[in-house]
Amino acid sequence: MATIVAEPTGIPVVEEHHEMSFIRKYIFSSDHKVIGIQFLFLSLFFLLVGGLLAMLMRWQLAWPGRPMPFGGLFPETMAPDGIMLPEFYISLVTMHGTFMVFFAIMLLLVGVYANYLIPLQIGAPDMAFPRLNMLSFWTAVPAGLIALASFAVEGGAAGAGWTSYAPLSGMPEYSGVSMGQQMWIVSLVLLGLSSILGSTNYITTVINMRAPGMLWTRMPLTVWALFITAILGLLAMPVLSGGLIMLLFDQTIGTHFFLPETGGQPLLWQHLFWFFGHPEVYILILPAMGFVSEILSAGSRKPVFGYKAMVGAIVAIAFLGFIVWGHHMFQSGMNPVLGTSFMVSTMVIAVPSAIKTFNWMGTMWRGNLHFHTPMLFAIGFVMLFVIGGLSGIFMASAPFDIFIHDTYFIVAHIHYVLFGGALFAIFAAIYYWFPKMFGRMMNDRWGKIHFALTFIFFNLAFFPMHTQGLAGMMRRLYDTSGYTHTADLQGTHLLITISAFALFATGVIFAINFFGSMFRGEKAPPNPWNATSLEWQTPSPPKHGNWEQAPVVYHGPHEYSHPDVTDKDWLAQNERPDVVSPAGH
Amino acid sequence: MNWSLPENIATYGGKIDALFWVITIVTGIAFVLVEVGIIWFCVKYRRREGHRAYYTHGSKSLEVLWTAVPALALVALGVYSASVWAYIKGRDAAPSESLHIAVSAKQFEWNVTYAGADEVLGTSDDFSTRNQLHFPVNRPILVWLEAEDVLHSFFIPQLRVKQDAVPGMTIPVWFEATKTGDYQIGCAELCGLGHYRMRARVTIHEPAAYEAWVGEQIAARAASGEPTVVAASADLGNDVGDGTGQHAGHDHSAGGM
Amino acid sequence: MEAHAMPYYGGRAPEKGLAVYTQKVGMWVFLCSEVMFFTGLIGSYIILRFGASETWPQPGEILNIPVTAINTFILICSSVTMVKAFAASEMGDKRGTRLYTLATAVIGAAFLGVQIYEYSELLGHGFGPWSGLYGSTFYTMTGFHGFHVFSGVVCMTWATVKAFRGGYDNGNYQGLEVLGLYWHFVDLVWIILFTIVYLI
Ligand SMILES: [Cu+2]
Ligand SMILES: [Cu+2]
Repeated sequence: MATIVAEPTGIPVVEEHHEMSFIRKYIFSSDHKVIGIQFLFLSLFFLLVGGLLAMLMRWQLAWPGRPMPFGGLFPETMAPDGIMLPEFYISLVTMHGTFMVFFAIMLLLVGVYANYLIPLQIGAPDMAFPRLNMLSFWTAVPAGLIALASFAVEGGAAGAGWTSYAPLSGMPEYSGVSMGQQMWIVSLVLLGLSSILGSTNYITTVINMRAPGMLWTRMPLTVWALFITAILGLLAMPVLSGGLIMLLFDQTIGTHFFLPETGGQPLLWQHLFWFFGHPEVYILILPAMGFVSEILSAGSRKPVFGYKAMVGAIVAIAFLGFIVWGHHMFQSGMNPVLGTSFMVSTMVIAVPSAIKTFNWMGTMWRGNLHFHTPMLFAIGFVMLFVIGGLSGIFMASAPFDIFIHDTYFIVAHIHYVLFGGALFAIFAAIYYWFPKMFGRMMNDRWGKIHFALTFIFFNLAFFPMHTQGLAGMMRRLYDTSGYTHTADLQGTHLLITISAFALFATGVIFAINFFGSMFRGEKAPPNPWNATSLEWQTPSPPKHGNWEQAPVVYHGPHEYSHPDVTDKDWLAQNERPDVVSPAGH
Repeated sequence: MNWSLPENIATYGGKIDALFWVITIVTGIAFVLVEVGIIWFCVKYRRREGHRAYYTHGSKSLEVLWTAVPALALVALGVYSASVWAYIKGRDAAPSESLHIAVSAKQFEWNVTYAGADEVLGTSDDFSTRNQLHFPVNRPILVWLEAEDVLHSFFIPQLRVKQDAVPGMTIPVWFEATKTGDYQIGCAELCGLGHYRMRARVTIHEPAAYEAWVGEQIAARAASGEPTVVAASADLGNDVGDGTGQHAGHDHSAGGM
Repeated sequence: MEAHAMPYYGGRAPEKGLAVYTQKVGMWVFLCSEVMFFTGLIGSYIILRFGASETWPQPGEILNIPVTAINTFILICSSVTMVKAFAASEMGDKRGTRLYTLATAVIGAAFLGVQIYEYSELLGHGFGPWSGLYGSTFYTMTGFHGFHVFSGVVCMTWATVKAFRGGYDNGNYQGLEVLGLYWHFVDLVWIILFTIVYLI
């Protein structure tokens, strides 16, 4: 077969380029790439904050009542003499969850990569509504800052858990927190607004701005995942916003939505929260699944196994995701008959995840596996996500959930899904797309060390929590030593805490590599991974407007090792079809 | 480290534990299959110079297989779980001969009301205890669970029972112990700063000993002329209920059902 | 797809989306989110009302139905003028465009005025958001609807200024069409709210 000439097609773009001021270019920018990178810094910052809060909690759990290192830095209201107070511990529990779920993982997955990748991967010059995109970022910033500032107000930060169950969250008399809880609500309302604006943009962009030839069936799985994620956010977020505002009114203007005195229903809050919360769980994992599919395919030099089933699984998850929320409420006092139906729908929603796992294995099967850092993190994702997925089946079974509900088993599960799953995929994505974002490579050797240590300490920190949960240890306890059935588990706490500290320390390796490579890294070629999707067919980093000319798409998204292409093992989506045309694509 | 569930003393605990083992085996198989498969692929298909990956877009039959098998297994698990669920948590699941006890949770204590000699709640011989729950072995117990302020969760690990207490609702919870002894109620739902110490002592008596204990309580009440409220002794390490500062004395009594 | 909206793709069309221009797609997508927002509020209302049906006031017991019926009619009129504004702009009727955008903004503001009057009357009788579940749900639902009308009026005021400056002349009707979608949506929500909050 002849060699392939990547010839630009399409008609030159007529675009005016004005010299932009620094502020317009890097701060109030409407370029989707700049906004993506802004979200990256913002969300990594909150990842650090969330991690620090977790370290404080782990200190207390391992050494209850012992003064913290640097404990003197905390005011009397949090930790007199460096010894953590129970109310401060509850605030840490609440804000760790809030920061990690809403400001770290969600912004990393969606804020960063939906912004950065969607236009590049579908061949568009920018988002459909660039200024709306900028607004979305600048709504997320105050949202995060308000949440952070709530630690400093009287009464401290919110203290009703990241789920903020009413009435504890609705009555300051019960929690001792008033201002902090209200700031928590305002913060999440703002974040919800940011997310709805973002979602509107992503969905419109994918529907209407795909480059010529970018059929639905040629979209990379990352785009599919982000598109469906945006739909979930669009439909789930407003329900949370509504609930949050009702909760705020209960606290401030004397309404009674969730307060039982005059017929308000505490369970209504749980229904609203989890109607949002379950789709949210998938918002936090679908994009990760998309990145992993793509990176596994590139790393294995093979097309994604069962592309259509993968898309189908994402779509199925989105539909089913709206009818399973009650599985968080099996023991809440909800009618047990409803519990049964939620249990069955929950069992069904596990099937698409199983399909995806087997298809990832199918992608690796008979491949030519390149173990670069992104690939290692992607493989790590599959190995750990499986554990989180399977442990989910224990709690999907309502009668067994009686025992493990609100125990450390749940804590283990959520961290296998959100850290072992989502965060591993995020690391994979950062290493993978870093060269495109910053024009330089991250150091691969240090990346591998980062991966190995993270993998080891992650498992040491979180696997033992399964056993604590099976022993019946309840979560969100300031001090677990008062219970006879878990009295002998202090050693396990110690193991977890030391591993968690080590896990946190591995972040330093990542941070040095990340910031170091930004300035000192090896210059990146346009396509360092020999990958097929459109973003790799433009310079690293891409210019404002992404392409000189609109690319024209001829091939499916993950065409590796096509037998008709002999001089290389990949086929860019925009390579000319008269040279080669793979069957069926 | 503890690799299994705590001692089971509930009649229905066996059903829950059996479910645990069934799920452990099913998920264990899937776990081994996937993890071993991935590691094996990583070794077998690692990059080799001049080697080319096998070009395929998937396999219909394989994909149907690995959709159908998990789907069948999960639905079977759902159906199996549903029967256990109805047996334990169904609204009318409690056996009719159950002994009725009312439990009311508030920050950060468990108040238990007993039906007295006539075994009917809401009559004049009722009496209450604070942070201790007494009941006889080998007899179904039906707890009417309420909360006065925020959510709490009634959890006795060895009895495999957990149920949120919700202000404004009265929720039936039943169980039957197969063994006498001392255990604990823990609160499993975050209820405020004292959540971690919201415990109560559970004492499971021989039936005769329970009768005797009830007799003592009634006699004590008759002697003092006041409803008896018995607080847990201090040796259980429970300092709740004796004024916890800012939250004490706050009373939002909720309506019945 | 209008070529002028998408200079980037040159003469080539981007891959066919919904064959509708981007702003309109965006508004449809955003309205899906709005539907879920009001679904959450209305769903909560239904659940709360079912849970407290004995204590729920009869229709008309507290609220003034005739006044609100007139207000409903006012809002429906604004939808009619909105349609006319769009139609005029599409047909190149400059005077009509200006007249009807102005009318829509004014009628929308009138609706808000009546709502404010209604609130002040109710508050004067001591019926506020703190007045049990009925007060909580009534003020929250109608309040959020009112906020949506308010946002619409702000946009319509801006559109009116734009219309008087000729911004919708020469077949440049898209902005009005997109705004109209929002306006009709808010109107529709009101008809649902009026039915379930006032009449049932
Ligand atoms: Cu869920
Ligand atoms: Cu508690």
